[in-house]
Order: sequence, then C-alpha cells, then structure tokens
Amino acid sequence: MNIVVCIKQVPDTKGGVKFNPDGTLDRAAMLAIMNPDDKAGLEAALRIKDETGAKVTVLTMGLPKADAVLREAMAMGADDAILVTDRVLGGADTWATSTTIAGALRNLEYDLIITGRQAIDGDTAQVGPQIAEHLSLPVISYAEDIKVEGDSVIVKRQYEDRYHEVKAKMPCLITALSELNEPRYMTPGGIFDACDKEVTVWGRADLKDVDDANLGLKGSPTKIAKASDKVAKGAGEKVNLDPEEAVAYLIGKFKEKHII
Amino acid sequence: MNTMGLEEFKGVYVYAQQVDNVLNGVAFELLGKARELAADLNTDVTAVLIGSDVKGLADELAVYGADKVIVVDDPELKEYRTEPYAHALASVINEYKPEIMLVGATAIGRDLGPTVSARVATGLTADCTVLEIGDFPLVAAPGKEDQQKHNQLLMTRPAFGGNTIATIACPDNRPQMATVRPGVMQKIAPIEGAKANIIEYNPGFTPNNRYVEILNIVKAVKSTANIMEAKVLVSGGRGVGSKENFKMLEELAEVLGGTVSCSRAVVENGWLPVDLQVGQTGKTVRPQIYFAIGISGAIQHVAGMEESDLIIAINKDEDAPIFDVADYGLVGDLNKIVPALTAALKAEM
Repeated sequence: MNIVVCIKQVPDTKGGVKFNPDGTLDRAAMLAIMNPDDKAGLEAALRIKDETGAKVTVLTMGLPKADAVLREAMAMGADDAILVTDRVLGGADTWATSTTIAGALRNLEYDLIITGRQAIDGDTAQVGPQIAEHLSLPVISYAEDIKVEGDSVIVKRQYEDRYHEVKAKMPCLITALSELNEPRYMTPGGIFDACDKEVTVWGRADLKDVDDANLGLKGSPTKIAKASDKVAKGAGEKVNLDPEEAVAYLIGKFKEKHII
Repeated sequence: MNTMGLEEFKGVYVYAQQVDNVLNGVAFELLGKARELAADLNTDVTAVLIGSDVKGLADELAVYGADKVIVVDDPELKEYRTEPYAHALASVINEYKPEIMLVGATAIGRDLGPTVSARVATGLTADCTVLEIGDFPLVAAPGKEDQQKHNQLLMTRPAFGGNTIATIACPDNRPQMATVRPGVMQKIAPIEGAKANIIEYNPGFTPNNRYVEILNIVKAVKSTANIMEAKVLVSGGRGVGSKENFKMLEELAEVLGGTVSCSRAVVENGWLPVDLQVGQTGKTVRPQIYFAIGISGAIQHVAGMEESDLIIAINKDEDAPIFDVADYGLVGDLNKIVPALTAALKAEM
C-alpha cells in the first residue's frame, strides 16, 4: 500500500508572532514549522505503516528551505520525500497550488493521499479537496479517525454537531484534523537516517499533465488587490481603580449608554 | 481556466445550506449581504437549495431576501456527501451562470466550496469578513485606465492567524466565489409572508466511485448554549484561574440575561467545552456586550470578537493586548471586580 502525505512548511503563528518596530509582521523572525494538521495526517499515515507496512511518501511544494520539514517527516518515519520547487510556481493561490501538487502526484503510485485540513498561515482548507478534484478522487475532509479495511478506508468525518462514519474505496484523499492524534517525536536514529536520505527535487518540467496557464501567480484566478498588516481598532478608555470605584465607573457608563 | 464570456454571468447566488431539512443561519446572513451586493450591481439574489424533500424550505429563503430559489431535490442528496452535492452545485453554476457565488464557511461549505470551485475552474476566497463591489486594481495604473475592471467582488479576509488582512479579487474567472463564516454578515429584517419564486432543476445523479458510503451518523448531544445568538457574552480566559471560578462569570451573565463563553486556553484546560470557545479556531461572535475577563487578547481571540458592539475588558495586566480593542478597560483583580459588578447590577435592575 502506498500513502502520500502532502505537508506544508508554515510560519508558527501561535504564540511566536513577532512584529517589526513599525508594527508589521516580522515573518523572517518567526519559526518555520510543519503545519499541525499536516503533521497529524503524517502521524495517521505512519500508524497505518506500523500496522500494514505501507510505504509513506511525503511531498511538499515550497521554497528550497522547505527541505527541513521533509527531513523532519523522514525522521518521524516517512520513507521517501519529494520537494516541488520552481520559481514559476511562486505566488500561487489555492487553485494553482492544487494544480501543481496534482501534477506531481500523477507521477506517483498511491492508494491513499492525506493532506491537512488547512494550514495555519492561510486557513483556507481548500487545497486538499481541490487536489482530489483535479485527480477525480473521492475526498473525505475533516477526518478525526482513519482506518484501513481491505481496499477501503473508514473515516470519522467531523461536522459542527455530529460526525459521519464514512467508507470510501481507495484510491481516495483524506484531509486530517490536528485532533486526529498526538504526532510522534523524531527518533535519534530517524534523525540520523533523515540526514543521509535523499530528498527528490522536482521542478516545473516534472509536473504531469499541467498547463502553464494554471501555475504560479499568473495561473491564479484570485489576485491580491491589497494586503496590509492588521490595524487594531482604536482602544477606548482604560482605568486603574479600586474594585468599588471600577464598578461604579462601569455602572455609570452603562447608564450613559442606556444599557441599564 | 474558463475566461470566456464573463459578461454572460449574472446575479448574486447563495448556497442555502440545510441539514436534516433545517436551514443553517449562515444562509440567511449570506442573503442579507447578497442583497447589498445585488443592489450595487443592479441584479437579483438567488438561493440554491440542495437536498432531499427540501422544497418546503424555499419560502423561508424568500422571507430573508431571495428573489429566486433554485431547488435541486433528489434522494441521493439526503445526507451531505461531497460528490452528489458538488455535482449539484457545479451543475447549477454551469447552467445558470452566476456572477457571484457565496457559501457559508461551515464544515460542509469548506468542503463543498473548494471542490466546486476546482470543478468550474474559478477562484475561491475563504472566510471573508468584508465583501463589497469595487474596482480591480483598486487604483488604475497611469495610462492603463482602460484595463481597470469595474463592478468586481472585492473579498477581504484575515491571514497569518489574523495578523494580516488581504483584499482579493477574481477578475478573469466566473463566478467569483467566497466563503463567509457564520456570524459575520447580518440578515435582513424578515419580509413577512414572502413566497419563493421556485425553479426546479435536477442534473441527474449517477453514483460512481466518488460517492462515499455513510455507515453511521452520530449526533453530538447539545447541552451548551449557542454563543453566536447571545446578546450579552461574559467570556473568561486563563486568568479566571479555575473551572470553579467560572461560577462568578455565570452569575454576572445571569443578571444581564447573557451567556458564558471563553478563550481557547479555557477549553485546553478542560474548564469549558469547545462549543463555548470564541476566536479563530472557535466561533465568531458579535454580541451587543462582550465582557473579556482574564483574557489577555491574543490575536486569534480578538479575531472572533472584535465586531462586538461594546467590549469591556477586566484584566490585572495593564499591558494586556485586550485593552487595545476594549471600549472600557478595568485594570484590576477580576475576583473582586466581577462579584462587585454583579451585586451592583442586581441593585440597579
């Protein structure tokens, strides 16, 4: 059985957010990590590998420095790693990104493709289902449990107020939630091996059945009209008073606003 | 990409999500926004209702502003599954050619939206907080005024965990597709007695390998309040200190007829269930009054509550970022201020 896990290197927006003196986001100073939903997807694949001996390949599209998350994945137990990187792929929106990744996946044998539900930098949750669409595969999003049974997968698909237990024939694509599991740590032996292993690097020419018109910034239907770091709403009044005075102050404001 | 004949695409369409034959509130909210966009574009608003035996819901959509309702009704559509639903919505788009297609950013919409956008080869902007009609580029390049496109859907959304905001257009493909989270847009005052102008359409459903099988449906038992409906939210964070201390917040909420909600840290500590979580990974709320008590105001939390009409922060740390978005900030010990405030409000009411 062949499993391909699509992962992304993202800036760590949780806690480690850094700002430049002018108030803009200091992206360079932020740690780059493996996207949490993707890491849960990788862990799910590695558990299937532990049980069935499946081969796990990790694939990412990004800058050459994204090599780091592929090595981390191999240190956790992935067998092979592929980095899709090329200048012409830069500036891609989710359509162009999913087109690119689908073009890479067409070169591989797979029974199961796992992606994270969404990446913490964009939060779109689009690339997984769009890859499935480009490859005409069944998709099950928001997986909180994955089991392999014969030539099928049985997945707990999460919704706001329920879950569906869903069965799909492989090949299929699943998008994983970080709640799915607790990803394992890299092992010392794994880290040692991961340094030695080769990461396969693919460029534009290696993408199969993909039109240039659908790649990179030019091939992205959505265009950024304006981007800015967030301007916080102006602060109101702040008082530092004894509790009784503070309460009296607030009651006064409530009366002014006719709340009470 | 499909770039031919953009002018053929007309009308603002809303995906009217239903589950178990109950419409999701986000459908009404999107209709409210769709009416504004349609007024700017001098066009009308169409709701797309997909399911099994759902025609009876169409009038409700008219009451909240749908000029027309396209109903795709088929037994295959009884439960949500990506494939028959994506086939239904993509077929509607190909047949009726909407200019704008809005979808709720729910656990269904965030699966259906991307699948359909890829199928009809257009762009999709996720989790928009502002939708408006304008020009792209916003300002024409000198000498290239004729290349500026007018009457475009400009879609604004947060990114990088809410640290940046981007305004996005989809100038060369149709429809222009956007998802919007529940609670962000506002529904119109109901048009009492409105009857739907129904168009029935069925593209035909032939199961293939992409139709997954639903083995079991397990509904969560709902014991918690819907914080998105609350007029007053008394929200607590890590600073509240313990599960027991939330009693204080409940008492304050009770006096004001409100509901208790919380930050992510509270859920992670197991003090309150995730249904009550406000913020980027929780719910987006816009109550009339929002109390942030012992909440530092991480950007992920602020993203989910900053649209509240009135924000009151109580925190012992005077540098807490929550004070930057609060209308009234009280620096001090919440253990003293909250009970005193509850008592004072009781006396006033």
